[in-house]
Amino acid sequence: MNEGLIVTFLLCLPLSAFVVIRLFTGRRWQIFSGYLSTLVLALTTFFAFIMAWQYFFVYGKMDGAYALFVPIDMNWLVFTNDLSINFSIIIDSISVMMLLVVSFISLMVHVFSLAYMKGEQRYGYYFAYLSLFTFAMLGLVLSGNLFELFMFWELVGISSYLLIGFYYTKPSAVAAAKKAFLVTRFADFGFLIGILMLGGVANNFDIVQMIRSIAQQQALWEGAGTSFLGMSVLTWACLLLFMGAAGKSAMFPLHIWLPDAMEGPTPVSALIHAATMVVAGVYLIARFFPVFQMDATVLYVIAIVGAGTALFAAIIACTQADIKRVLAFSTISQIGYMMLALGVDDSLNGLHEGYTAAMFHLFTHAFFKSLLFLGAGAIIHTVHTNDMHEMGGLRKQMPVTHISFLIACLAISGIPPFSGFFSKEAILSAAYSNHKWLYAIGVVTAAITAFYMFRLYFSIFWNKPLSPVFIKKEGSWLIRIPLIILAVLVLITGFIPFGNFISANGKPLPLEVHFGFSVIPVSLSVLGIFYAAVLYYQQNNLPALLEKSFGWFYITIRQKFYIDEVYLFITHKIVFNVIGNTTAWIDKNIVDGLVNWSAGITYQFSVLIKKVQSGKIQQYVLYFLLGVLCLLAVVLYNN
Amino acid sequence: MMQQITLQHILLLSTALFFIGVFGLLTRRNMIAILMSIELMLNSVNINFVAFNKYLYPEKLDGVFFFLFVITVAAAEAAVAIAIIIHLYRYNKQIDVSETEEMRY
Repeated sequence: MNEGLIVTFLLCLPLSAFVVIRLFTGRRWQIFSGYLSTLVLALTTFFAFIMAWQYFFVYGKMDGAYALFVPIDMNWLVFTNDLSINFSIIIDSISVMMLLVVSFISLMVHVFSLAYMKGEQRYGYYFAYLSLFTFAMLGLVLSGNLFELFMFWELVGISSYLLIGFYYTKPSAVAAAKKAFLVTRFADFGFLIGILMLGGVANNFDIVQMIRSIAQQQALWEGAGTSFLGMSVLTWACLLLFMGAAGKSAMFPLHIWLPDAMEGPTPVSALIHAATMVVAGVYLIARFFPVFQMDATVLYVIAIVGAGTALFAAIIACTQADIKRVLAFSTISQIGYMMLALGVDDSLNGLHEGYTAAMFHLFTHAFFKSLLFLGAGAIIHTVHTNDMHEMGGLRKQMPVTHISFLIACLAISGIPPFSGFFSKEAILSAAYSNHKWLYAIGVVTAAITAFYMFRLYFSIFWNKPLSPVFIKKEGSWLIRIPLIILAVLVLITGFIPFGNFISANGKPLPLEVHFGFSVIPVSLSVLGIFYAAVLYYQQNNLPALLEKSFGWFYITIRQKFYIDEVYLFITHKIVFNVIGNTTAWIDKNIVDGLVNWSAGITYQFSVLIKKVQSGKIQQYVLYFLLGVLCLLAVVLYNN
Repeated sequence: MMQQITLQHILLLSTALFFIGVFGLLTRRNMIAILMSIELMLNSVNINFVAFNKYLYPEKLDGVFFFLFVITVAAAEAAVAIAIIIHLYRYNKQIDVSETEEMRY
């Protein structure tokens, strides 16, 4: 089948679901909106599967490498002869892979939400926003023009904003939505400048041509004449693109919005803030990887930021009590892993493992993290609390959730044979062959990850006997089926020979699992699990003792290293007081002053002359006569 | 012998009449009086028409026609003016223009 047609269907279906739901299903019919958008999503997923099948097994391969196709390239916004923005679609291995992931996870979340959001007052809005998000995310992964990509990027941001603030009567949700929007907007500012720099020098916004022309003019890019603060234009542009990516993917120090974003409904967290939207930054860097590859400095920065964020978020996750926040920090940590993998891709030595490893981890992470979040959703749906200290002993009551959650925890901890093991292994081996110290950070992070995931697991399902408050049973089949499907996928996705399908240059790159190599990380992870079991398998006073012995250090971690407070200090004390007050003064006194002054002058003048309009007829007659006399005088004088 | 009445005499008369009208228009407060002053001014113009016709172009009748036309218009104008005055009276219970100042800034 024609791939251009399939792509059109893929994009138009969720969009039309959004439009139809918002326009035609009011409050009375909103129960149908869920079924409608789930049905549409099922169709979309079906098309995505067809497309992936055809790309990977029918036409994608050319000369032994997966090629890039541009099935649609239309004129869209034509400004001048030189500057036009096209609407184009890119099909290559990563975009097809993302298509699969986005549509499939979205479908699972839709099915889950049918039960989870039942009885919600704004049920229709919820599904409309989900459809909008799916449309935007599919557009984002398919766009072949950098500006088009930016627009979808912002659309994804707005639907994330709408869904975080879904419970808009809760002040904390409103604050979280605003925070997410502002932080990512700040990052997008850098992203936009990066786009303009790249586009300005490459003279084009089309991604394929951009990459080609940058590769051709590499010497020109890195010439001495174009440097600024000691770095070339290319470095600056790549760093600014990375800033945008870091904002969306919650890299340190722009990560502060993601934990708060958990105020949204839990299935939304599974879809947007764990599996799909937050990896858009990773996807962006992968999309521009030929450009990033040219600059070792930028790649090194990406690797350091990724590794640092991974460790930092993992440490914080050990101290959080809200189960969704633990998962949020683990998401940040895992995305840090992906960034690390991209950063250690060493093309000079022909080692492209990092790129494939990052995409592989993105793929497996999407499944086990959405499974974790949906499991958390099922738990919250049953016990109506987010605090893990109030839970415990839920394993008998929620068997399906328990087993699937356990599988996901094992996967994220990198225990073979679950999917996370394979992708994490690939990342660590890529790091090992490039920078040893980044590898060390990766291994330590893996151990900490295992510890906090099993802290979460034991606290929820074991720890203390079941509290009599929680008499509700596990949710309906609509809640259980997505969990089961995802758990099965987490079990099998690791065995996909991922390197055969996705690599930086399209040629197959076998990812080998070296059993000797994996001994250290796996044994450290097992140690982490064991440690968590000792502390949290049964209720005891060891965790409290441990907290006390760490003292202020523990408190600092629990307060997330006071990053939020630093931001508040910078924004409130410095930005608001110094810049805000100054501009407010200038605005009030100079900008407004000018306008007020001219208005005042006009008023005074009118006070002076309005006496003429007295309303006395005889005065008017007198003026008229005087005027006639004047005219007469002029006429007589001129003759 | 009685002196012939010349054009100058008549023009003097009409000028005097016109300025009496202007004076009345500017000084009287009563609207009826103002209307009468306007009639005076109109009639001074009429005298001019007839006089010029008689003295300068005796073979033509244009001035006389114009005089008739002005009278007609004046009659219509008086009707409208009196209607306004009546209305004003109903509204204000008096017809003093110095008290009627609503139409100002």
